[in-house]
Amino acid sequence: MKDFRFWGLLPAHLLMMCTLIVPILIIIAVSVSTRGAYGGFEFEFSTDAYRQILFNEGWSGEMEFNPQYLFIIARTAVLAGLATLICMVLAFPVAYWITLQSAQMRTLLLFMVTLPFWVSMIVRVYAWLIILGNDGVIESALRATGLVEDMDTLLFNNGAMLVGMVYSYIPLMILPVYASIEKLDRALIEASHDLYGSRMTTLRRVILPLCWPGLGAGAILVFVPCLGTVLEPILLGGGKIMMMGNLIQMQFGGARNWPFGAAIAITLMCLVMGVLIVNGLRAMRQAQLKAESI
Amino acid sequence: MAFKHNVRQYRGLGPFTVVFFAWLYLPIAVVIFYSFNENRLVSVWSGFSLKWYAEALSNRNLMNAVQTSLSVAAIATICATGIALMAALVLVRGRNVKYRRVSETIVNLPLLLPEIVLSVAVLILFSQVGLANGFLKLVIGHTTFCTPFAFLPIRARLQGMDSDFEDASADLYANRWTTFRRVTLPLIAPGVFAGAMLAFVISMDDFITSNMLNSGGSTTLPVYIFGLIRQGTTPELNAISTLIILVSLIVAALALFIQARGATTNTH
Amino acid sequence: MPCRSDAKLQNWPWTDDRDPGRTGLTRKGTDLETRNKAVEIRQVSKTFGRHQALETVSFDIRDNEFFTLLGPSGCGKTTLLRMIAGFEEPTTGQILLHGQSIQSLPPHRRRVNTVFQNYALFPHMTLEQNIAYGLENLGWEKKRRQDRTAEMLELVHMTAFALRKPAQLSGGQRQRIALARALAPEPEVLLLDEPLSALDLKLRQAMREELRQLQRKTGLTFVFVTHDQEEALDMSDRICVLGDGRIQQIGTPRDIYEDPANRFVANFIGETNFFDVEILSLDDTTARVRTPMGIEMTAGHRNLERGQKEATLSLRPEKIGLDDQAGGEIVTGTVTGVNYLGGFTHYVVRVGEADLRVSRRNAAGRPTTLVEGSKVRLGLQAEAARILGT
Repeated sequence: MKDFRFWGLLPAHLLMMCTLIVPILIIIAVSVSTRGAYGGFEFEFSTDAYRQILFNEGWSGEMEFNPQYLFIIARTAVLAGLATLICMVLAFPVAYWITLQSAQMRTLLLFMVTLPFWVSMIVRVYAWLIILGNDGVIESALRATGLVEDMDTLLFNNGAMLVGMVYSYIPLMILPVYASIEKLDRALIEASHDLYGSRMTTLRRVILPLCWPGLGAGAILVFVPCLGTVLEPILLGGGKIMMMGNLIQMQFGGARNWPFGAAIAITLMCLVMGVLIVNGLRAMRQAQLKAESI
Repeated sequence: MAFKHNVRQYRGLGPFTVVFFAWLYLPIAVVIFYSFNENRLVSVWSGFSLKWYAEALSNRNLMNAVQTSLSVAAIATICATGIALMAALVLVRGRNVKYRRVSETIVNLPLLLPEIVLSVAVLILFSQVGLANGFLKLVIGHTTFCTPFAFLPIRARLQGMDSDFEDASADLYANRWTTFRRVTLPLIAPGVFAGAMLAFVISMDDFITSNMLNSGGSTTLPVYIFGLIRQGTTPELNAISTLIILVSLIVAALALFIQARGATTNTH
Repeated sequence: MPCRSDAKLQNWPWTDDRDPGRTGLTRKGTDLETRNKAVEIRQVSKTFGRHQALETVSFDIRDNEFFTLLGPSGCGKTTLLRMIAGFEEPTTGQILLHGQSIQSLPPHRRRVNTVFQNYALFPHMTLEQNIAYGLENLGWEKKRRQDRTAEMLELVHMTAFALRKPAQLSGGQRQRIALARALAPEPEVLLLDEPLSALDLKLRQAMREELRQLQRKTGLTFVFVTHDQEEALDMSDRICVLGDGRIQQIGTPRDIYEDPANRFVANFIGETNFFDVEILSLDDTTARVRTPMGIEMTAGHRNLERGQKEATLSLRPEKIGLDDQAGGEIVTGTVTGVNYLGGFTHYVVRVGEADLRVSRRNAAGRPTTLVEGSKVRLGLQAEAARILGT
């Protein structure tokens, strides 16, 4: 009990070591193992899992290039990127408007932004299922007005997944963006107008540049979970349009190809780490620039 | 705002925000509305009824799932908050802590990884260790990803608390334990509460890990609901969802209320 | 941080009735030199990483003394105070409290109490609970605790506020409670870390008087840290001027103002005119110098060494006689600047190659005839001037 610095950190380190760091090493090991006969895996070195991402094994054992998994990876990245972009575009005006309100109103509005976030994720995704689904709210409404007789489902496409992702993660964008706008000294906006800048010029040359850190922080907060999202592709994408999240999940569930699942998981992890490292480097360079300018 | 030349004002922001909030709350409103629908078909309105609530509340499996979720969340919250509190005390208040940055990253590691990777990690871990108890698996898995959520508010509160209070306590003859019990803990209580609350909600909400670790007798509420959804949308599902929404809103309001009260005790 | 369970409170010599021989309260010394040493700082230095906050210093603080550590920010005065309290550990040297080393004692075993700069009143406790906190930790029984708490509230005139929380108080009231809380456990030494700096000007002046009276009434040793020279001069028995992590001078307020040890002290305390002068002759206590005003002067010095050719002459603006008040060496000059400051008027007078700042009280009936360009006579008195090493 002499040194609390050691004992205080021990449980946290032990927990993360046992449940995360060591298991990730095991995942890496599994990704280069052989698939077991009845699911699971056997520790026997093989790069099959990684080759499977790029190639298909033909009947006679010849390898042919198969881009279907690359497409899934690309779709995941593009959809996550799009969702992030849409969140930015929606969040900025809303966050800006909130900063203009009275103190009480601001607290209330921020609370309202975060409130849906407290509601279970699965319920929120389910709600969109009711709205977009066959005989769903939108379809019924359109039919009632007589605009359409019958229509294709609004579900099971990239758009539906995108709506779900934006809806799920937008509070994570609004909060940091709000914080950065809130911090903005109003005298800077006034100075821009004083120096003959129009509203648009002020927005483009003063407000947005100063809010970049907030938008960047929000982008990371939205982009990373979107990359690994599972519920939206399964429920709103109908499980047919794959993203990396449900692809991984399938390998540990029905398909039971653990090495392949592990290989995809490692790929996803590298993608996320890449984003975080690039972001970290950028933050470091900014800090350096700031330090040099002083 | 009546002032015509208010340079901070941009036209159209107000209506845009109104539309945004409508969009934000529309899905929730729809679920609540249709939960009172008497018709078996979700979106065909045929009259007001509470019968789906009665059905939901008498659903054995649902109640079992609720119980599992609550038990897992409660235990995981207690463990995660305790672990996070100790780590935060060392990382914020400790002097000359070696590898402080690395330690902090380790505590926050679950936030840096996509949850699906984390869930695969614990799945493989348990399969290697040979742990078969589904409930225990859930508790361990949930404790892992809840820890950083408990850690961050506690750390923030500790950082915002002037260390003069602890110095003053030591100056007034309190040993380290007394100082913690009578000064530090009461002053960071709002942070600890917020952290625990967040951990609890995150645990209750978790789908990915719970689904991965799902086995007989350890089905959590989100996993159970997922199963129902796959069988098709039913009004009963709407009733269940509405109940969940209701509880979430009460919890959120409560959390905000306590947070607001905590903020009035200034610790600077 | 929770770590050690501490069962040693029982053996604490001070949890019982106070030993009258040990405490500052009952011991009344007459002369500073014959009093016991309350705190001894022996060869203490402090380094943070690569930054040396305090070079090696040694000095004593005596019983019943109002002792002030004065210096600009970053001079090491707060570090010194925190080392006495036990919040920082000296890098070298040791600190003695009434003759006993407290080096190995953690803060909660040191019989000293601190009034913190921002008071650090526990916001979740009432004022009563705040004051009783130290007594509880010392293991005082309930009745005695209550009596002492009431006594302290009475002492600082806050009895009516006993059940309030700190957030409901004004700055001055918080200050009083912080004092009461620190005085309640009857410490051997009271440490005050810039306790007046958070108050506004009027209140600060009122609190100065109150603090001084409190110190007289309790007879306790006060160690007071401030960067405000006026505060230090007003309240202290002795002042220790710190600068650049070094002790510049220790002495009574009068010593420090009238006979500064070096240029740093002369510059930091009060206002002064500095002139580079050439030393013509030198003995143990006085030196004859050539000034840029074109005259030669003889004045007292400290620490000048034989063979030194150059030095600094310090002349306080209010000690230079103007016009009809001119005495001593007389020079004439031209007024080049007039600043009216209410109670005083400051003049800048050009004499030879030097500009002198001179201040004169605006007494009743004295006509303010001096304007820019006026010719004026100045009297430079040898006993008001000091020659300092550069």
